[in-house]
Amino acid sequence: MGEPRLEPDPPLIEVGPAELDDDGLDPLRPGTAPPARRRRQGVLFWLAVGWLGVVVFCALFADVLPVPDPNGQNISDRLATPSADYPLGTDGLGRDSMARLVHGARVSLTVSLTAVVVGMSVGGTLGMVAGFTRGLFDTVLMSVINIILAFPGLVLLLVLLAYVGQSLSVISLVIGFLSIPVYTRVARANTLAVAQREFVLAAHTMGATKLRLLFREIAPNVVLPVMAFGLVAMGVIIVLEGTLAFLGLSVEAPAATWGGMIAEGKRHLHSSPHVALIPSAAMFLTVLSLNFAGDILRRRFDVREANL
Amino acid sequence: MRAVLRRLPPLIATLLAVSFLTFLLTSLLPGDPAEQILGPQSATPERLAAVRAELRLDDALPVRYVRWLGDAATGDLGRSYRTNQQVRDAIIERLPVTVQIGGMAIGFALLVAVPLGMISAYRSGGPVDRVVTGGSFMLLSIPSFMMALVLILVFAVNLGWLPATGWTRISDDLGQNLRAALLPAASLAVGELAVYTRLLRSDMIGTLQEDYIALARAKGMPTFWILLRHALRPSSFSLLTVVGLQVGAVMTGSVVIETLFALPGVGRLLVDSVYQRDLIMVQGIALVVAVSYVLVNFIVDIVYSYLDPRIRHGRTAART
Repeated sequence: MGEPRLEPDPPLIEVGPAELDDDGLDPLRPGTAPPARRRRQGVLFWLAVGWLGVVVFCALFADVLPVPDPNGQNISDRLATPSADYPLGTDGLGRDSMARLVHGARVSLTVSLTAVVVGMSVGGTLGMVAGFTRGLFDTVLMSVINIILAFPGLVLLLVLLAYVGQSLSVISLVIGFLSIPVYTRVARANTLAVAQREFVLAAHTMGATKLRLLFREIAPNVVLPVMAFGLVAMGVIIVLEGTLAFLGLSVEAPAATWGGMIAEGKRHLHSSPHVALIPSAAMFLTVLSLNFAGDILRRRFDVREANL
Repeated sequence: MRAVLRRLPPLIATLLAVSFLTFLLTSLLPGDPAEQILGPQSATPERLAAVRAELRLDDALPVRYVRWLGDAATGDLGRSYRTNQQVRDAIIERLPVTVQIGGMAIGFALLVAVPLGMISAYRSGGPVDRVVTGGSFMLLSIPSFMMALVLILVFAVNLGWLPATGWTRISDDLGQNLRAALLPAASLAVGELAVYTRLLRSDMIGTLQEDYIALARAKGMPTFWILLRHALRPSSFSLLTVVGLQVGAVMTGSVVIETLFALPGVGRLLVDSVYQRDLIMVQGIALVVAVSYVLVNFIVDIVYSYLDPRIRHGRTAART
């Protein structure tokens, strides 16, 4: 303590758990996390990974899985509750919820993966270079980034979408572009910490070039924490895409999206709450799994917390 | 006062940069801005010429920026080409709703988060702490619109206690106004609550290890007094900063929540303007939102320096 100013990483879109420093250990007894607790965390971790595996599988094989047409309407069976014919019921137009869920996973994952890859590669590189070279580049870059972060995320996203229109690729790229600043900050912070460690100094003394220092010594140590952050960011982006879809501003209807399904279900909240609750549960579990896995990996890779 | 003055130049620089970015949005559009502003349906040659003349689009970019900034500074954000309403009036009309919902949400969240964070920090590792930590982790994974649906389902549909949609102005009926504001504010508060609790908990765990806490305990002070008087204040500084930063998240959340609950706020105005491609309105809202966000964090910074004696007395102790 005694730090008068703690500067938390500013929110990507909303503050995810990665920004909050919480190692979950008892501070009064450092390093004595009971083994029983660690094992239980392991089970939860694999449950999270398992669920993510299911979601990825659905997204990859949505077209070949034995589910009906996600846009096929069956008016006589509208708002059906889960049954043998419709494992998760149907929505207000008689479309199979299971099929829409499976196809919606594809949109969620495409947007979040593309955005994370764009944000991570551009932002990560910028942050690493800025943290390593410092100086003018660092100063200019960080002020630009602080200005972009002055706009609340969804507001800037909506504004940009108003100008450029909406399609799967545009939405993915715009979200990716908007997440560059956060990755830059994470990568820069980690680079600053790594650059001071002995092995970097040793390599430097042995006459390694700056380029070599950056890519062979520093980068491997920065990539992992940035990727762990990327998992948490994926959750944030799935929520963001869900929010857009909920507002009807994501991919054009009738394409199935989780947010769109929730919005559709909202109309039937009185009579058939399951129509909204099932996609909500899917989104919640996915985001929770991403947060959980990301949090554990982040804790493992965070140089500031690792025992040096 | 000196603290305020010292922070003014960076504040002005940020505000200028933010305004420039907002301005660029309409000016860097592909194609003819006038055509974009009018939209494909209503873009007759005469109207295009009228828009071009009104916005003086033939001038150079810096000239237009300075003029736009001058207008914006005097409160003239232009006029919507869709509804013909002054952007300023449209925003002022809807601002109270957004401020009320957001303020109530942050208030609720703090009201719950401070005791929860304190308890779980005091008994960190204990059963209460595990429930609070686990619970707040789950809450972080629930988007506000999902929370809103669950709250509507429980309190409006099943129990019928509160309205699911609609708004009553404070000036018309305070009771009805609060009833209408309760569910939206609660939906927004849930995510905030989780963020604040986690932050206060981890900060306070650090504070509780300080020597002066041990001294207070040795003097035989009651626990709640130690927590409240000795531990809460030094632990609340980063909470304050994050509350400021989270205003952005609350603004983001209110965009969805206002749409969901059909509230006449700025967030809903933004969504409607995006639907209608009302670019001048979108630009105006973006400017107002970003400027308010920057100003809120500026104020937090100032308040912060008054609360923290280490900063107030200019001794930036042990800061590297």
